[in-house]
Amino acid sequence: MTKKTHRLSDELQKHGISRRSFLKFCTAMASAMALPPMAANVMAETLEKVQRQSVIWLSFQECTGCTESLTRSHKPSIESLIFDFISLDYHHTLQAASGDAAELAREQAMHAHKGKYILIVDGSIPTKDDGVYSTIAGMTNLDMLKEVAKDAAAIVSIGTCAAYGGLPKAAPNPTGAQSVSEIIKDKPIINIPGCPPIPVVMTGVLAHVLTLGIPELDSHGRPVAFYGDSIHDRCYRRPFYDQGLFAKSFDDDGARKGWCLYEVGCKGPVTHNACATLKWNNGTSFPIQSGHGCIGCSEPDFWDAGGFYKALSTSNAEPGHWAGVALGAGAVVGAAAALANRHSHKQAESDKTEITLDDMKESDA
Amino acid sequence: MNEVELLNWARGPGLVGASFIMVFGIILRLFEIFSLGKAKEYAEVRSSGAMGGIKTIIQRSIPEPRYWRYIGAAYLFHVGLFVVIFFFMPHILMFESVLGFSWPALPNFIIDIFSVLTIGGMIYTLMSRFTNPSRRIMTVFSDYLVWAVTFLPVITGYMTFHRFVGDYTCMLAIHILSVELLMIVLPFSKLSHSFSFAISRWYTGSAFGKRGTL
Repeated sequence: MTKKTHRLSDELQKHGISRRSFLKFCTAMASAMALPPMAANVMAETLEKVQRQSVIWLSFQECTGCTESLTRSHKPSIESLIFDFISLDYHHTLQAASGDAAELAREQAMHAHKGKYILIVDGSIPTKDDGVYSTIAGMTNLDMLKEVAKDAAAIVSIGTCAAYGGLPKAAPNPTGAQSVSEIIKDKPIINIPGCPPIPVVMTGVLAHVLTLGIPELDSHGRPVAFYGDSIHDRCYRRPFYDQGLFAKSFDDDGARKGWCLYEVGCKGPVTHNACATLKWNNGTSFPIQSGHGCIGCSEPDFWDAGGFYKALSTSNAEPGHWAGVALGAGAVVGAAAALANRHSHKQAESDKTEITLDDMKESDA
Repeated sequence: MNEVELLNWARGPGLVGASFIMVFGIILRLFEIFSLGKAKEYAEVRSSGAMGGIKTIIQRSIPEPRYWRYIGAAYLFHVGLFVVIFFFMPHILMFESVLGFSWPALPNFIIDIFSVLTIGGMIYTLMSRFTNPSRRIMTVFSDYLVWAVTFLPVITGYMTFHRFVGDYTCMLAIHILSVELLMIVLPFSKLSHSFSFAISRWYTGSAFGKRGTL
């Protein structure tokens, strides 16, 4: 459904947001993404002038956690206004329409904003058996993604499922789940992984896309501004790691003193996200601050990276189990080799023939 | 394959495979060594040889003062390797997960010092193989090979810890893979001295002892 186009400045005034708070928001967004100070002004100017951006949100194999994170974590704020400002033309969970009317809304938006709309995807896409494992209005997720992606200006993969396949892709991956970037190759794709992603990261990236275009991305398609540092590098418990002070369990003295959670399985050193700096629930806390190690939810295949409570330096398989087999096999083959050696020695011994001085003289001659 | 998949492979199938080959190889080599038996004594045996065996194991572990620089460097990196491998906390967690028991770790800054000493010692002994004429003649290709497979885990571990280059995940994966290479090469190269040195010294020493030359 096409809405009347109006500017963000009008929207803000309607909600009683002063220009001063709006500029503060732009400055916060710009600094969160480590942009130069001037970018805040550019962002403010562009946001004020920009027309309502049509957004189609497709939910595939997901748990709705990403939408929950985005809509329920903060009290109404300027970030939520940004979302009021976006014309969210299709979203299963949030839209009032259902059935044919909902699908019609999607088709209308695709037609009216051809080549201009932003496609947001959460959830992975089942590809096994022609994608029959998840369908919407009789259409497979695979077909719907391809159809909507065709005329999108850019795609934003929200959450680890859309970005990397996430939980549905975990071994043995019964539905042949894939990420958006594994299926769509000809569109700019921004990955905002996390299970779920941090709300301000989602709004921040969307603000960047609306004003300054696609942000700088890392090798996994993530905005460097939010995913450039590891949790470990920004963790307030890092000094304990360096001093060798570790919690051995979740209720020992070390845990109470807030020591490093490396030994109880924290995946902070290999996880790139902004949890340690932006934090959750309006900047209140993040998992490590609450006493639980990082599970690495913004990294590809984190479900298959071994147990959440196994230290990063330990194996994610059972080498000890196989070592027992190796011990037996080594002993059996070793004994066989020893027997073979003995046999060849004995053979050499029995093959010896006595040679006299005369024999040698004869052979010399 | 991205760096996360590489790390998962290194921590899983890679480590299982390397551990298998190492344990299999060590047991195989031990069977081979012991099945060689003892050489027949043609002369009258003068003692059991036990004292000679023990004496040689100890004596050949004492540095020879004449070559103090080279021996010192070699000692340094052997001790350094031992400390870094067995007393760095993440390593102990690894051993604990396989063996089922653990021991206290040393603080990271001490491990750091020993890492630098190990790297220095190893570079000195390598340079000495190039610069010292007699050592150069004695050196064969496999000496450089075993030096490299021992040096790689140390240098990659040091670089991972200090985050000198690139991505931590990638460096950690490379470090673990280099250790796996070492584990595979160990039983089938000169590095087998790590488990056979006492056996060979005992054999030589006890033979001397039986003949009364020690």
